Formats: sequence, C-alpha cells, structure tokens
Amino acid sequence: MSRKRKDAAGMNRRELLKTGLLTSGLTLLTSKKSFAAIEPITSQAPQPTPFVEELPISPVAEPTTAFADPPPNPSSHQRYTEFLPQKFYDLNIREALHSFHPELPPQPIWGYNGITPGPTFHSRYGEPALVRFRNNLPANHVGYGIPSIITHLHNGHTASESDGFPGDYYETGQFKDHHYPNYYAGGDEREALSTLWYHDHRMDFTSQNVYRGLAGFYLLFDEKDSGDETDPNPAAFRLPSGQFDVPLIFQDMLFDANGLQFYDQFNNNDGLLGDRYLVNGKIQPFMRVASRKYRLRLLNGSMSRFYEFFLSNGQSFIQIANDGNLLPAPIARQSIRLAPAERADVIVDFSSIVGRRSSVFLQNRLEQTSGRGPTGRILSPGTPLMRFDVDSRPMRDPSRIPDTLRELPPITTAGVTQRSWTFQRNRNGNWTVNGQIFNVTRTDAQPGQGTAEIWRLQNGFGWSHPVHIHMEEVRILTRNGQPPPAHEQGRKDVVVLSPGETVEVFLRFRDFYGKYPMHCHNIVHEDHAMMVRWEIAAPPSIS
Amino acid sequence: MERRTLLAVHLPFAAGQTDKPKVVGPRANYFPNVVLQTHENQSLKFYDDLVQGKIVVINFMYAECKGIGTPVTANLVKVQKALGERVGKDIFLYSITLDPEHDTPKVLKHYAGMHSIKSGWTLLTGKRADIETLRRKLGFVDSDPKVDRDRSRHIGMLRFGNEALDRWAMCPSLSAPDQIVKSILWMENPKPVPSQS
Repeated sequence: MSRKRKDAAGMNRRELLKTGLLTSGLTLLTSKKSFAAIEPITSQAPQPTPFVEELPISPVAEPTTAFADPPPNPSSHQRYTEFLPQKFYDLNIREALHSFHPELPPQPIWGYNGITPGPTFHSRYGEPALVRFRNNLPANHVGYGIPSIITHLHNGHTASESDGFPGDYYETGQFKDHHYPNYYAGGDEREALSTLWYHDHRMDFTSQNVYRGLAGFYLLFDEKDSGDETDPNPAAFRLPSGQFDVPLIFQDMLFDANGLQFYDQFNNNDGLLGDRYLVNGKIQPFMRVASRKYRLRLLNGSMSRFYEFFLSNGQSFIQIANDGNLLPAPIARQSIRLAPAERADVIVDFSSIVGRRSSVFLQNRLEQTSGRGPTGRILSPGTPLMRFDVDSRPMRDPSRIPDTLRELPPITTAGVTQRSWTFQRNRNGNWTVNGQIFNVTRTDAQPGQGTAEIWRLQNGFGWSHPVHIHMEEVRILTRNGQPPPAHEQGRKDVVVLSPGETVEVFLRFRDFYGKYPMHCHNIVHEDHAMMVRWEIAAPPSIS
Repeated sequence: MERRTLLAVHLPFAAGQTDKPKVVGPRANYFPNVVLQTHENQSLKFYDDLVQGKIVVINFMYAECKGIGTPVTANLVKVQKALGERVGKDIFLYSITLDPEHDTPKVLKHYAGMHSIKSGWTLLTGKRADIETLRRKLGFVDSDPKVDRDRSRHIGMLRFGNEALDRWAMCPSLSAPDQIVKSILWMENPKPVPSQS
C-alpha cells in the first residue's frame, strides 16, 4: 500500500471534533518528502474484498400530498398553471450514515432523504411534478463539501428557475421548489428523454457535494417507453421493466487509513480520480440476475473518470439510448465508453449464459492515470466493477428489443446562427471559454426563444472535456469535420471533447427562457470555473 | 520543518496572549509550520500564526513579474477595499513570493507601498524550499513538470479557505473583484434566514 503524498488531515475531523479524541495514527500520513509534479493519490485503507455485498437499488421516490406549509408559489415559475403539478415530492437533503462496504466503517454521507444514491423518480410525460428540495445539511459542517445546495435535473427540459443554475444556491434551513413540467421539448414526442439524473450543482462546490453523495436517478416514461414489458398497447416498446430495469451509477472514490472517504481539496487542478469502484454506492457489489433480458441504465456519476464498459464473457451490449435518449434503432456494441455524466441504456440478455451458477463481470477497461482524461489504452482485463450471478433456470421473458425505437426529430440547419466556443487552459492556469474567465453574472450568449443555432465546440490540448449544455438536447452534426459514429447520432446532452477536437452541434431553445449554464462535466474542472452562462431571451410579451 | 501531531498542544506564539494551551485545527497536520518573513520584517509561522482558525486568501506572486502580476495585485487591492475592515480582523490576505532571493522583506515592503496594499494583507518571503513546499501543499501545481517549473504559471489562481471549517476553494485571481469577494464569504457559514418558496 502506497503512502505517497497522501494527506489525511481533516478527514475524520468531524469525528475528532465530536468526540474530542485525537488519534495519532494520522501523523503517519504527513509526508515531508519532495514530490514529482503530481503523484497519484491512492487509498490508504486496504482494498475491500470485492463482490461480498449485493447491489442495492434505490427506492422509488414516493409522492406526497400537495404542499401546504407553505404552499407553492405559482408566480415563481414559468407556465405553472399550464403544467399544473399533479405529483408533489418532498426531499430532505441531510447527512446520514452510509456503508460503502462491510469492511469499511459506516460514515457520514450527504443524501437526498439521507441516502446515496438518492430515491429514483419514476415520472411520466404529461404529469407535471413539483419537487421541494429541503436543505437540512449540518450548518456547522467541517471538511470538504459546503452545506449550501442547488439541485440540477440533468437534463430536464425545465424553466431556468427550476434548472438548478449553479448561482441559485441556498443555505441550511431553506428549501426551493423545482417545477418539472415533464413536457416534451416543443411538444414533440420524438424529443422524449428517459434516463435523467439529479445532482447538486452548487457553484464551485459541485464536485465536493456530489462526491459526498448528492446524486440520484430521475426516469421518465411515456406511452412508448411505458415501463411495462407486458403493456398491451401496440405502441409500447415493451423494454425490460420493473425489477429488470436497473439504474446503475458508477463512481470512483478514495478512502483514508481510517476507511473514511477522502477528497483532496488542494491538489485537484486536473480533476480527481479514485481507486475504489462503486456501483449504486457500494464498492464492487454483486447482483443476482435471472436468465433473461435486462435494461441496464449506465450512468457515469464520477467526478473525472471515464469508463469503457465490457462484459467479461465477450458478450455485446445492445445499446438503446445515449444520454438517456432512446436511439432510432438499437446498436450492438462490444464496449460502451462513458465520460462523466454520460449515460447509456443497454439491454443485456443473461439467458445466453449457461451453467448452474454462472457469473459474468462488468469491467472497466479504459486506462486513465490523471484527471486530464483517459489515455485511450484498453487494458486487459481491466477492473471488474460488479459481478452478475446468473440463475440459469429458464425464465419467462415477455420483454422485447424492438427493431426501431424513437424516431429522430427533423432538424433544419440552413440559415441558423452559428457560435464558436473554445475551451482552453490559459498560461496562468485558468480555464477559459473563448479566452474569458467565468463570471456567473455575465451572459455570454442570448439566443431568442424558439430559435435554433449551431455551436462549434473546440477543445485546446492536454485535457478531455465532457461539455454539458443545459436545457435541450443537442444533435452532433460533425466530429472533427466527419459525421459522428452511429451511437452519437441521436440526441445528447454531454459532448465529449478529446484534446484538439472540434464538434459541431445543433440545438434549439424552446418553451422557457432565462439563464442556463454550459460547463465541463469533469466537475472538478467545473468547480475551477470552466463554465459559461448563457440565456434564452424572454419572449417580447414578457420582456 | 516541524513535525506536528494531532495530539500536540503548543504555547501560543505571540506574547501577551492567553497561556492556555490551544487545541490545533483541522489542517495542523497538513500544513508545514515553516517560518516566513513579512514585508514588515516580522517572522511568523505559517500554520500557527497565519492560517490556523482563520479565513485566509492566498496567492503567489513575485515583484519582477512582467505578466499578469500587476493586474492581479490591482484586482486584489479592489477585493481588499470591498472586504473593508474585516481584512486583518477575521479575513487575512497573503501573497507569497516565488522569488524569495530577490523579494526580501524590504523589496516586498516597497512593492506593497507602490501598489497601495493596506494593512491586513501580508506579503511573505522565506526559504525557497519552504515556499516550494507551501506552493504544492496549497495546490499551485501543474501536473506537467515543465509547466510546473515556470513560476509565471502559478500566479493565475487564488486559494481561499477557512481553516476552522476545513473548507477550501480556488478561483482565478483575475475574476471580477465582486465575485472574488462573494467566493471568500462562502468560507463562513451564513446566518440562518427564514425559508422561502
């Protein structure tokens, strides 16, 4: 176990302050040696035994009765009465104990309703929801993370005031109502989203707060993607549903000598990598699966790590959605690469795995040695992230993989406004976009409501940046002048820029107005101000 | 360099303070307690005297900088003005030179006067090895060794934090001064306010 340049001071500070007991063990961690420019930080706690704990599935968020105390304020939301909330959710953001692994001590995390990942929303198009996010984090918190929050629904088609704009944070004891209209962009069913996630977006502290646990899934269903594999409606896709529809959030973490989660607040300019691999908040869990098809909703919820997923038996994934958006048709893929915040919905058919107690591992085989981005090298065998234990008894499987899924809405690129955004690190160590340092109060673009534009996203050299644009899905027109690969030809909300790349995207600005960000979803870069504020201009009737 | 343990209690540095032993803060074990010289030619210990229990704003500079050094200092002068009387009382600004051989206390005092730096903002010099350690500990480091060796690459960021809460962040040192002020004030917990929808 390496004891390189790892500092652990402050890590169990909360405990120290609470108990007044100061352990001397941490002094061992104070290295006084000189270092190379940056040495990788490694966990100090021993590697926990993999595959000893079953994969947890977060509970489905339960609606509550309409808010009475205080009642919602319709005037603080756009189109509130038009999208009158039918479902009300009351989420309590608080600190609670969590176990990442039975061999590590239970420890404080921050969670929506005190759990990480948070409860999974099951929402439906046409059923607007109002979610009250209450900040009950400890006001006198010590250590990384700030008890000040703002929740972003990634990539909900919401009005600005419900988007979770990083500057809209609020403090312990306060709450904010987010209005989720669950309305197709432009009213067009072809714009349906399905696998979304919600996470903290507090300006400059997103990585710390998300790492502490503030992330969860938000799934959207409609008539076609109905969440019912036995749906008699001929329009329904009948994708694997219920217990066979499994959201999986992948995160990497570091743990100190006391087995407590560690975040480096000082040496993180490139991003932060962990060396322990979590799925749904557990280190390398296992999952019992039946001999049939599953829909796995893969989400990279890591701060800076990219993954390339493989199945250990060489089986292909059938990818049905990219960034939660169903593709026009399924694509068979040997591996799936995901940058931070990217999602892929895949179908895996475990009935092809034979033998009484057969197991298959989900592996990450992408090499990444720093927060700068992946090297691109595919490792063999890589890291097993979780194990599927297949019960090979025959099982009825009414689910289907349709030949065609969600049709792409037509786009017209002729004559639309074009903008360029260049992402770079300047010679003073600052992230810049078009040469400018971020200012949360400065608007750098103001497209009109109802218009469309082409944005040219250009990367400098040295770092990979998964660029996330809030509000509407984009369509990738070209990647380095060429048409994008098949899996990127659908609708997306994260556009990965490898060093030196240029990607052109088409996007629309419909239904709502106000401020939104575009930022790097290597959330450590984001916290170092790799962000732009842009706005959809209010329609003339309002401005 | 002084090795400290979390068990350590020590006598207060300055005379006239209470002689009750004080409990060390969250980063006692992290920051080296190296001795630095101020532009007023005082010798102070980095952790004990400059950081512990305080809200601090730290950047690196050097008097001979031909790049953004002067604009950064001018920007921070605006920040100091906006923070007003809190600077030197419970918020402390520190500029540490990356050119300690040249930037003696006398040179730094001249620099402070020339740039209208007011009290509560301390310019610091010391042994090169100690300053290098501090630079790394404070996160002013580039993973590319060639870039890292170029001192002009370390003056674009501003570190701020509250040692008592072990809360730390960074922003560009040429960010708008009102935004820097806002960020610095995040380092303290806000007063409770009534909830609103």
